[in-house]
Amino acid sequence: MGNWGDIIIQGILLGGLYGLSAAGLSLMFGVMRLVNVAHGDMIIASAFLSLVIQRLTGVDSPFLCLPLVCVLMFACGFGLQRLVLNRALNADMLRPVLVTFGLSVVIQNGMLEAFSADSQRLQANGLEVASVSLGGGLVVGVVPLLIFASCVAVTGVLQWILYRTELGRAFRATSDDPVTAGLMGVNDRNLFAIATGIALAVAGIAGTFTGIRSSFYPTSGPESLLFAFEAVIIGGLGSLWGTLAGGIVLGVAQGLGAGFSSAWQMLAGHIAFLVVLMVRPTGLFPKRGN
Amino acid sequence: MDFQVERGGRASKNAAITLLIVLSALTAGPYWLNAGHQSVLMEIFYFLALAQLWNLMAGFAGVVSLGQQAFVGIGGYTLFAAIAWWGIPPLVALALAGIVGLLVALPVVHMVFRLQGAYLAIGTWVVAEVLGLGVSQIESLGAGSGMSLPIEVADSIEIAFIDRDGVLYLGALFLLVTGNLCAYGLLRSRFGLALTAIRDNESAAAASGVDCKRVKLVVYLATALGTSLLGALIYLTKFRISPAAAFDINWTSYIIFIVVIGGVGTLEGPIVGTIVFFLLREYLADTGTWYLVILGLLSVAIMLKWPAGIWGSIAKRFDLKLFPTGRRLRVSDREL
Repeated sequence: MGNWGDIIIQGILLGGLYGLSAAGLSLMFGVMRLVNVAHGDMIIASAFLSLVIQRLTGVDSPFLCLPLVCVLMFACGFGLQRLVLNRALNADMLRPVLVTFGLSVVIQNGMLEAFSADSQRLQANGLEVASVSLGGGLVVGVVPLLIFASCVAVTGVLQWILYRTELGRAFRATSDDPVTAGLMGVNDRNLFAIATGIALAVAGIAGTFTGIRSSFYPTSGPESLLFAFEAVIIGGLGSLWGTLAGGIVLGVAQGLGAGFSSAWQMLAGHIAFLVVLMVRPTGLFPKRGN
Repeated sequence: MDFQVERGGRASKNAAITLLIVLSALTAGPYWLNAGHQSVLMEIFYFLALAQLWNLMAGFAGVVSLGQQAFVGIGGYTLFAAIAWWGIPPLVALALAGIVGLLVALPVVHMVFRLQGAYLAIGTWVVAEVLGLGVSQIESLGAGSGMSLPIEVADSIEIAFIDRDGVLYLGALFLLVTGNLCAYGLLRSRFGLALTAIRDNESAAAASGVDCKRVKLVVYLATALGTSLLGALIYLTKFRISPAAAFDINWTSYIIFIVVIGGVGTLEGPIVGTIVFFLLREYLADTGTWYLVILGLLSVAIMLKWPAGIWGSIAKRFDLKLFPTGRRLRVSDREL
């Protein structure tokens, strides 16, 4: 019994990481209907960014680098959207998918060239092995707990931005009807750049945590993308809390699968996704009124 | 006012004659090409065939799949399983691979078509991962490390006086030509009219009575069948298969680079794309991963600046159609 409880708690906490990875993907799709196929590679790129900053500055904890990583990733996202992605947005979806797919190949192989195919890990000053007891024989790692808490916080902040601020109103207006929003004075080129900036800043957090939690490779991006995507679809499009819930479902399914073998860990997650797709194609918590 | 509806013109007639001559020369390949050249050409044939199938699906029907490696892998593994488990002759196993690919695609299509637009693309990628992981669980197919074909199988591929390399070379050429002829015939038919309408404007096509969903479904299934056949042929020439290589996303990456560089949504585009792709590989192969970085940058640049690709841009500039699938109205301006 204790074993099952353990698997489920670990799965929920892992879901926090998937929720973090998925938040940016979800935001970009929500605001501009753009599916960023390179999202996973950007998460891994930010893990490498943390690694480089940590080595250059000699700071002993990646948490201290995190604000800088977020700022840099925001700038990358803003620039990328202004210079590249805005040009790819048009009526059909072929172009954005192929452009971001091309970027994904460029980023992944660029990282392979720069950092070799070796596995890397961010050193968090011993924190990565620390754990706390939750009572009843349940022990959880400090890092997974921190990741989960950050995911809840990030989702809360994004939700607040979307529904309580001027910027969020512009996001929602453009998402509903870009033409009318433009007539009301919304500059959607800039707005999209801000959305991508925020999405990549969140990817920066996700990437840094990915690097602290486990080893990562330049080729880990697609895996990260697929889990994030599954979390979005399981949760239901257009709902940020739903995405977190989707991440949790995925994390628990993987935890249960891991009981058999490491291949089954992956398979169980993917199968959970396919089952949700068959049974409830709109996801578990779709945005109401859609 | 005089007017005429025509398909092609002089350019397409000349193209057809040139193509016939080139094809005849290529068919006689086993007599005048050495094994090295045959194997390079074979690779060109199957990449072009894979690209043409993807182009038909993405460029015309608007179904963007990032999961074609699923069918390359299923085709290859069906072939290996048929040979290793039941001792089926390789060329029969090849046909079986196409059928199995189609059978796998049937449930897949029902799942991924629930996803909208661009998310469908990632959905097909997930399916490919699932199939790859699933295959790597099968012990009798070598699990994660894969398997090789026994040497007797290699010797059994000879037909009459044509050796193994020749048979495989001709097989690839045959699949390429049949695939292209089918695509060409399809595009010129009533179904092709529907496909072209979807390419140009899906809402307008639907409003004109095209059952878009059905057309997409049929094209996806046909592509799955063709890709599985090619996958089987590819791994019959390689003699060794592993889940990591057969279900590798790079299959789809290369296909996409070829189609994007050549021109999405035309039959000529992938031909140009394949030539460019192999030329680049010839010169950049030594640079390792930089090769992929350059291909990626090139395809991004083309998508942003010349979304019609190299062929599309040339064709538009000179009003050129080598393999005409549409009709055009020629009005003589005497009375205007």
